[in-house]
Amino acid sequence: MNDSSQSFVKFEKIDKSYDGEVLVVKNLNLDIAKGEFVTMLGPSGSGKTTTLMMLAGFETPTNGEIFLDTKPISKIPPYEREIGMVFQNYALFPHMTVQENLAFPLEVRKISKSETQKKVQKALDMVELGNFGTRFPAQLSGGQQQRVALARALVFEPRLVLMDEPLGALDKNLREQMQYEIKHIHDRIGITVVYVTHDQSEALTMSNRIAVFNDGVVQQLSTPDILYEKPENSFVAKFIGENNTLNGVVKEINDSTCEVDLDNNHGTVKALKVNVSEVGEKTQLSIRPERVSIDSSNNSLNSFEGKIEELIYLGDHIRARLDVCGNNEFIVKVPNEGSFNHKEGDTLNLSWNSEDVRALDI
Amino acid sequence: MLLRSVDDSQINTVFPNTFEEYKKWDKEKDELPPEEVYRALFEELAYGDKIQVGRALTRMNYSKSGWKSLIKKTSRAIKKAVKKDELPDNYKDFLIEANEKWADPTYWYAMGQMVNNQTSIYYWNAIDRTFDQELNVVQQEEDRRVYVQTWLKTLKVSIYVTVFCLILGFPVAHLLANLPLRYSNLLMIFVLLPFWTSLLVRTTAWIVMLQQKGVINGVLVWLGILSDDGRIAMVYNETGTLIAMTQILLPFMILPLYSVMRVIPKSHMRAAQNLGAKPAMAFWRVYLPQTIPGMSAGGLLVFVLAIGYFITPELVGGKDGKLIGSWIAYHLKTTLNWGLTAALGAILLGFMLIFYWLYNKIVGIDNIKLG
Ligand SMILES: Nc1ncnc2c1ncn2[C@@H]1O[C@H](COP(=O)(O)OP(=O)(O)OP(=O)(O)O)[C@@H](O)[C@H]1O
Ligand SMILES: [Mg+2]
Repeated sequence: MNDSSQSFVKFEKIDKSYDGEVLVVKNLNLDIAKGEFVTMLGPSGSGKTTTLMMLAGFETPTNGEIFLDTKPISKIPPYEREIGMVFQNYALFPHMTVQENLAFPLEVRKISKSETQKKVQKALDMVELGNFGTRFPAQLSGGQQQRVALARALVFEPRLVLMDEPLGALDKNLREQMQYEIKHIHDRIGITVVYVTHDQSEALTMSNRIAVFNDGVVQQLSTPDILYEKPENSFVAKFIGENNTLNGVVKEINDSTCEVDLDNNHGTVKALKVNVSEVGEKTQLSIRPERVSIDSSNNSLNSFEGKIEELIYLGDHIRARLDVCGNNEFIVKVPNEGSFNHKEGDTLNLSWNSEDVRALDI
Repeated sequence: MLLRSVDDSQINTVFPNTFEEYKKWDKEKDELPPEEVYRALFEELAYGDKIQVGRALTRMNYSKSGWKSLIKKTSRAIKKAVKKDELPDNYKDFLIEANEKWADPTYWYAMGQMVNNQTSIYYWNAIDRTFDQELNVVQQEEDRRVYVQTWLKTLKVSIYVTVFCLILGFPVAHLLANLPLRYSNLLMIFVLLPFWTSLLVRTTAWIVMLQQKGVINGVLVWLGILSDDGRIAMVYNETGTLIAMTQILLPFMILPLYSVMRVIPKSHMRAAQNLGAKPAMAFWRVYLPQTIPGMSAGGLLVFVLAIGYFITPELVGGKDGKLIGSWIAYHLKTTLNWGLTAALGAILLGFMLIFYWLYNKIVGIDNIKLG
């Protein structure tokens, strides 16, 4: 996958600046294989849309080159790139019916009337809007408009589809349903998709790989499970899923693990060495809430006490906010097995495996 | 106002008996009206209210020039006779003696068009027609035909002005809607500044610019493009009217266009190109159709304003640049022929309604957007 001769889309050392001063995308290197569903995930203003626009041809990179199918695309105008795109606000043409919207890319390609009609109908059927062809976009619900936009981006059989927060405007239920549908269509026709979102659960459920953006830099590019379980830096750890942090200083390093003295003499934690390199370095430890066990008899190294600050009953589990080693935002999820009978103010014994604690940058 | 254009009751209150008797006159049989008509006229002139009679005279003059002096002279003779208490035995002879025009049947025929409380004469006048003796509609004499020509010119000028405004306004509105805020604000000021300046100032500024010894001619001569005696006449003719009106009405085109263009998302042009359309195609198929509501609103506004415009054409139009609005103002203020004024106005209104209706048929009034 990292072999550039194989990659279908390749960003090579891309920099982008709008004003000639601030780089909004910095040294972006990204390889996307054919048929892959890659998501760019990141907070607002992190450069996701900019990256997508460079790929679609509406912005030019300040430095670097983008390759599509091994060919550099900087000289190809947007209308010849054969890249479908679903815009954030759908950009359906309000003066055309659904059918006309879908026929537009085919007409400009001078495809015959009958062929056009067939393809339009097929695309509409694909998004289950077969009977809505004669309506105008304004006569459709948000979800239907979204599906029309999707169908329009696919109807001319592009090499690649880009989607910029296509579900941003939909409510939660519809969004989940559409996530499933888009994923389904992707699986069925095997097209390469570059997807932008700032909703992490959306990214996790849909993607083959996720590129986490922050401040114009890709922080980590991995599959969803690796991203969640093995974040490589503290931004990714905090951005994806829920995360407990403890700050300290590296005391000792052995191969793949290290020992960290917590600040204010709260004790020593044995952790995986991920993003630290030398003794004496400051580090932030990251532990997922579900990897913390309570009331364990295990008296290993990573055993601490925590005072219950708040309990929230959530049905299948109880969410406990604890004060652990000076961090009073320490979250633990207790499965509701009926045996949990502590109150706020009680003290719990906590422990975790050293493989579940990651020593990251600060 | 509209009633005015058909109202003929004033004169009927002045000469009720005369007209009553007049209606009994059999024009086939007798060359002149019967004695009773002369008698009624005599009495109504003798005892009628002077001011009312004066007003009626103005009206009578519209139907045939000469009425005014005829009645005035006759009145004097009648008043004299009444003062001396010398009522004539034969009114007909008396009147004919007072002025031999009373023996001329054409005057009596002209009276025929006034005997009813309503008249359509003003409307016919407004399109260069009048009544003949038998009350048939005929063309005005050649040298009195001005209105049909003016109507056509008004339409022509309005259409030209609308088209020019569209051609000039579209790119400006497009820039306004798409430039970065800093520049578009500045441009907006340039659009609005003349809008806030007095109409008269702008019109006279155009005279300064366009006249034979004006700025434009001066520059062209200075550049050697024109010879000194080849200066173009750009003002006091139709060209002047067109140029000045286009400039003055331009904001009315730009503003509705702008308000429509502003809300067309920029992503539409991008989407069209992304789907494979070249920029020109994207503009033609995706952008332009979405500006139709703005073009229609601006077009309708400019056309309607242009068709009734009068200050500017009056000032820069010279003789052949005069539009119908000028005539309306002329009759309203100078000749005081309010019947004709009202008829011209009513026809103008009719035009607008027809235009509006046509427009609604073609474009649909719901599509209009003013902002
Ligand atoms: N046309 C532009 N001119 C100047 N700066 C721009 C322009 N478009 C974006 N930016 C800046 O570039 C940075 C990245 O913007 P971008 O739109 O790529 O963010 P994003 O990751 O898509 O954010 P969001 O999730 O809010 O859509 C931002 O700081 C933004 O202010
Ligand atoms: Mg964005």
